Amino acid sequence: MLDVRLLAQPFNPGAFVGPFTNAHPGLGGVCTFVGEVRGGGGVEALELSHYEPLTLPGMQALAETASSRFGLMGMLMLHRVGKMYPGEPIVCVSAAAEHRRAAIDAVDFAMDHLKSDSWFWKRELRGGVWSWIEPRDQDHADLRRWG
Amino acid sequence: MAKLVFLGRLADLAGAAEREVAPGTLEAILADLPVELAVALLDEKVRIARNGELLINPGSIMVAAGDEIAFLPPVSGG
Repeated sequence: MLDVRLLAQPFNPGAFVGPFTNAHPGLGGVCTFVGEVRGGGGVEALELSHYEPLTLPGMQALAETASSRFGLMGMLMLHRVGKMYPGEPIVCVSAAAEHRRAAIDAVDFAMDHLKSDSWFWKRELRGGVWSWIEPRDQDHADLRRWG
Repeated sequence: MAKLVFLGRLADLAGAAEREVAPGTLEAILADLPVELAVALLDEKVRIARNGELLINPGSIMVAAGDEIAFLPPVSGG
């Protein structure tokens, strides 16, 4: 089962991961990654914008690719858009598989692609001033790990 | 009319997330925009999509009434 969503409001990852896990009886492992807005560093808020016709279809395609590449039983992929604050979840990716390695690698793969190859634009508020976040070389290096 | 959509920092530069324009060639539409904005939209790192489809070679496209042309700067990651 692939469950891919964009969420405009704060969410509780556990409320999604529980039902996702239950939907895959017989699984051998579930791996979940939750990314949150980092506190500290003076960031007051983060705003993620997206482009409806591309962003969700792109995430859906990514989940399908990860699912077939790693032979998953299912993948849950949730991403926030809009304004969020330190401590709030931005992203949650969960993979269910018969064996642990596939689940762990699939989440790693999906996160690297979400970070550098998905249609999101991010800006942060510091000292009352918004500024756009530019792509990082590290993100592109992470993506190259997957060939 | 057709619609231009500006993502990320391009929306700041355009002063709005969207703009209505008369149909025509993309070249003619861009020529009617403020120079600074047109130059930013033509940056080679900006991808262009028509009605949700990324264009491989957007240079010479014809924009029809009802079309939505989106300008997508490099993504900053989720």
